[in-house]
Amino acid sequence: MTPPSVNPPLSAEEPAENPQPPKRRPVKVESSWSIMDRIGLGLAWAAGVTLCVIAGAIVIYMAYKGLQYVNWEMITTAPEASLDQSASGGFLDPILGTLLLTVIGILIAIPVGVAVAVWLTEYGRPSGLARAVESGVEIVAGTPSIVLAIFGLLIFQQSFMGLFSFTAEGGAVFGRSFITAGVMMSLVALPMVIGATREALNTIPRHVREASYALGKDKATTIRRVLLPSARSGIATGATLGMGRIAGDTAIVVILLGASMTITPEEGPGGLLRGTGSTLTSYVYNNSPAGEGNAPEKAYAAAFVLLLIVIVLNALVGLIGRRNKPQWN
Amino acid sequence: MEAASLNGVKVSKERDRTDRRVELLLGALASTILLLIAGMVIFVFLKGLPSFTHNGLAWFGSGGNVDDQLMNIFNSPANPDDYVYELRAWPLLYATALITLSAVILSTIFSVLSAIFIVEFAPLSIRRVLEPVVRLLAAVPSVIYGLIGILVIVPWVHHHLISEDRKASVAYVIQLDGTSILVGILILFVMICPIMIAIIVDALRAVPTNWTQGAAALGVNRWRAMWTVSVRAARPAIVAAAVLASARALGEAIMLSMVAGSVGFAPNPLDGFTFFLEPARPLASTIVDNAEGLSVVPFGQTMYAFAAILLVSSAFLSFGGWYTRRRLSKYTLSAR
Repeated sequence: MTPPSVNPPLSAEEPAENPQPPKRRPVKVESSWSIMDRIGLGLAWAAGVTLCVIAGAIVIYMAYKGLQYVNWEMITTAPEASLDQSASGGFLDPILGTLLLTVIGILIAIPVGVAVAVWLTEYGRPSGLARAVESGVEIVAGTPSIVLAIFGLLIFQQSFMGLFSFTAEGGAVFGRSFITAGVMMSLVALPMVIGATREALNTIPRHVREASYALGKDKATTIRRVLLPSARSGIATGATLGMGRIAGDTAIVVILLGASMTITPEEGPGGLLRGTGSTLTSYVYNNSPAGEGNAPEKAYAAAFVLLLIVIVLNALVGLIGRRNKPQWN
Repeated sequence: MEAASLNGVKVSKERDRTDRRVELLLGALASTILLLIAGMVIFVFLKGLPSFTHNGLAWFGSGGNVDDQLMNIFNSPANPDDYVYELRAWPLLYATALITLSAVILSTIFSVLSAIFIVEFAPLSIRRVLEPVVRLLAAVPSVIYGLIGILVIVPWVHHHLISEDRKASVAYVIQLDGTSILVGILILFVMICPIMIAIIVDALRAVPTNWTQGAAALGVNRWRAMWTVSVRAARPAIVAAAVLASARALGEAIMLSMVAGSVGFAPNPLDGFTFFLEPARPLASTIVDNAEGLSVVPFGQTMYAFAAILLVSSAFLSFGGWYTRRRLSKYTLSAR
């Protein structure tokens, strides 16, 4: 955003990016500061140290509890209804549910998000409509997922949506399935995909587009052959962030996935997608003291696996962000 | 930029038509998304409308026990003329506002200070570890925070902060068992801090080096340069971070339903410290807790009324944030 400064370092105020620790001049020692400044400095240090302690405590505690309880058997067996914790099985189905739901959600979010982002940055006419779409996306980004969930229930329980879920004897549509939850989950990920893609497209300088036009390519070809490949890492970052949000969302799963313990496919074609299931988040919720299962050890173990998934996704974002970032100019 | 006329190069009609078609297709898709969003707002409102019309403005007021009222609505007779709608939602609204505001205010102060620490004062080794960890914490699912809260912090509060006397002092209205607004606010604070810190750190980094160096040249110390130049320049980003965090806090359902007690009770500030140990239940948690009842018509309509309130609040929040950012950014860096 700002061009790097070409001035030599002047003083201790050299910014944070500087890898060398700043050399302080004697006149700059903190004891010479006014009392208000020293209080401020103290508060900043206190906040920083508290942050370190909280972050460390959460990471270490979860790692400790997770490693204590997680074992191979839990990951590879399906959950079973039992009051006895040793007989209630593992959480293979929730893991598969998380993966399936994330894949469905992101497979819908990527094409839609990229298309909207391309239209917003490259076309954007009429501008009134473009601004309306922009604020619409912002509204979705701010909408609590619980509201998205019950809105999803509202549409998918209409009788003409019966295709997507289980229909009861009397013709009542259940409205809960992998595909309905996935569609709503894609709305959770959509703002992130759109945001990251727009940012990536905006950083591509104008002359790149002009070079393509000069070679006789039209706008659609330019977008497909030049702009989208250059924006690939941006799109991937947005998609990975979106996957993190999908994997971590609980409200939509509890309301729209039916939260049956195991993955229960429906009869007929696409039965798996029309069936119900659970994810790691709903499994953790159900096995916490707040839920019906109340098996804290299993909840810890599942939370640990979920955390690992989030860590992997997070690491991917960092990796994609660093790798193959096109250098213009 | 019209490709067809660019630099006077003639482009064939055929190709021009393809281009037009792509634009129309993408535009149609974007409009569909817009329609879907508008549909969401309208449908949720229409569905929740009966609950508002039957209660009038009293919907927002207090009176009676909100959980009993919800129960009556749930058990209302099957005949549409006999549906019960009476609801005084004040305890839920109050709990939402109380928990969200406290957590966001605490978190804003803490995040600005922590961001200053990370950007300016932290030793390099700490900074290198802390930054990825903050980004990770920002991505941790809320249910994990809820799990830690209900298994670690709630029992601790129950055993160490709630004495028998304290329990007895409010036993006539509410039972104290550790799940409380205190734990709710605390966990929410821990949950939204990383999000805010990540945004504010980026903004502080984006402040032009010349500005802080200019301040240094005028003989200002590091803290002053940070506080009076960088933080001021980053104000739009701080507002943006606070708005994002409030949206997360407002919509947080599962975690708060786990640790904040899930009782439709309005904590009374006159109870002194006990106030913080009293349970409450915000709107979003109410919807999740009662998800099974959505098919009961009047009950479902009440839940959609709650959802409508959440939608309006988050829309106002993003509008307010946009407006504040625009006003602040007149004097500082361009708003992002």
